Amino acid sequence: MSGLVAVPIVAPLIAAALSILVSRWRNAQRAISIVTLGALAVIAVVLVLDLDDSGGIIVAQAGGWPAPLGISLVVDRLSGIMLVTSAAMLLGVLVYSIGHGGVERTQAAFHPVYLVLAAGVNASLVTGDLFNLFVSFEMMLVASYVLITMGGQRERIRSGMTYVVISLVASTFFVVVLALLYASTGTINMADLAGRIAQLPDGVQLMFALSLLAVFGIKAGLFPLFSWLPDSYPAAAAPVTAIFAGLLTKIGVYAIIRTQVLLFDPDVRPASLLLVVAALTMAVGVFGAIAQNDVKRILSFHIVSQIGYMIFGLALFTVAGVAAAIFYTFNNIILKTTLLMTSGLMERRGGSTRLLRSGGMIRTAPLVGLLFALPALSLAGLPPFGGFVAKFSVFDAGVGSREWAVVAVAVLVSLMTMYSMNKIWSGVFWGEPEQPSEHEPRDGGRLGGPVLMVASTAALVVMGLAVMIWARPLFEFTERAAIELLDRRVYIDAVLRPTP
Amino acid sequence: MSVLVAFIAAVLVSTGTWLLLQRRLSRIIVGVGLLGHAANLLLVVSGGRRGRAPLVDLDGVEVYSDPLPQALALTAIVITFGITVLLLGIGFRAWQVDQDDVVEDELEDRYLARRLEVDPDIADEVEAERAQAAEEGRR
Repeated sequence: MSGLVAVPIVAPLIAAALSILVSRWRNAQRAISIVTLGALAVIAVVLVLDLDDSGGIIVAQAGGWPAPLGISLVVDRLSGIMLVTSAAMLLGVLVYSIGHGGVERTQAAFHPVYLVLAAGVNASLVTGDLFNLFVSFEMMLVASYVLITMGGQRERIRSGMTYVVISLVASTFFVVVLALLYASTGTINMADLAGRIAQLPDGVQLMFALSLLAVFGIKAGLFPLFSWLPDSYPAAAAPVTAIFAGLLTKIGVYAIIRTQVLLFDPDVRPASLLLVVAALTMAVGVFGAIAQNDVKRILSFHIVSQIGYMIFGLALFTVAGVAAAIFYTFNNIILKTTLLMTSGLMERRGGSTRLLRSGGMIRTAPLVGLLFALPALSLAGLPPFGGFVAKFSVFDAGVGSREWAVVAVAVLVSLMTMYSMNKIWSGVFWGEPEQPSEHEPRDGGRLGGPVLMVASTAALVVMGLAVMIWARPLFEFTERAAIELLDRRVYIDAVLRPTP
Repeated sequence: MSVLVAFIAAVLVSTGTWLLLQRRLSRIIVGVGLLGHAANLLLVVSGGRRGRAPLVDLDGVEVYSDPLPQALALTAIVITFGITVLLLGIGFRAWQVDQDDVVEDELEDRYLARRLEVDPDIADEVEAERAQAAEEGRR
């Protein structure tokens, strides 16, 4: 099975090269992308199903070099479930973008860059080497720089520039941290680092923990490092916003979970700081969302707010907390992607995503209303949806660790999430537009939009509902993932001392 | 010697940070470049003292310099180079669109700050603000 581990990284890169070769024929590009991403989804599922047989972790050493020397590729339960979720999102949004037209139709670069983004996302999840994580992040981010400014409209250039510069500052800081880490430990293999960091003085260890938190905090959109996010995401094309909202920040969260848990001893981890940051991220994000009056901007602020819940789960550093954080993360990837996809449908059907300029869509496009309502209720945490299971498990873990204050903040924030989802609902689906829309509304037929867009959105909504139906096995899976993560020996032994 | 390199890195970081905080896109791009150089320099120093033999097959050489940081620095340099080109491309496009490379405030934020109840993106108003901002930038 370990041969399969490299496929999610290599296959999309080869496909991207092929896609450039056939850039004149859009249908050939589409076929390449769909086949590649479809195959990746299958491979991810195969890897995850195989995890239980291979002791919960699959390791491959690139080039056959043993661990601290070569680059290790590792799939454990955490990266496995993230791989499956992101493969599904990448495929869904690809189909959506084909239906959307827009940049996918006008720009020959869309498909190759999208595949590079997929490779970067997969590589970030699979790598067991900190420098390789930097390279994977760069691969993902460079692709995202191109995607966010694609089309070159004024607004996209302006907001894209903010995004690019902030991400670059974070990346540069990452390189500095890597240099310091290498200078003090002499390794950048994560399993090897875990043992060697523990030998450093406490203060130095804490410095590394905080620096890595700052680096990934910018990517994940933690308070107070999130300000670039709600500014830049809404300006991009609808499919691009959907995939960014679903994946990029959550890959940052994944990196935070991975580095904080694996690299640092329990007494060095900045747990109380993380709790405060989590509470502030939740609260500031949701207050920001309430102040907005544009669907995409409201949802973008909610990305920030939701990140707070994941960090809250992580900050407890208990099995229940980390399991809840993992469950929350993959569930939120599905919900956020779906919601931004429906906002693209609203924009197309109504000509605007501004609340004042849209209205009455429940009559003109009832199906879009349904596709929005299901994930929106789930995001707000209403039973019986998957979002409820995720929120409840976070609350439960918080109560278990007696963090009453943060639990109280989390409960209040989910009420306010409900309020701002209602705001979108009454603005877009009920009533009448108070002002004319800035674009011409397009007739979407009975479905409310092009078939491919509606079908792919519906497929992801169904996936969100599947989380609700299989909540128990999924939660047990994340619990095993959390046990394995917190007992760091599983990972370290699998990488450094492979059984032949 | 490492102290000198560390000092150079410090100078690069401070200059880069100062340029990054400017309003002109061209300066920001130079600033990002300088910060990247500083980081790469630190990567090179992280390999230990200078003066050791490079990793080649020499007889009688026992102590080699660590090749890994050099490889890492090389990778990081390539990435910095690619990103600088991309930034210049975006900067050029920004200049094409605006004939100006001043980074603007986000209008939405300014409107929210003033708590305007009306829909903020009334075209004329935005245009007027933009023109004024560009005017201020030019001065």
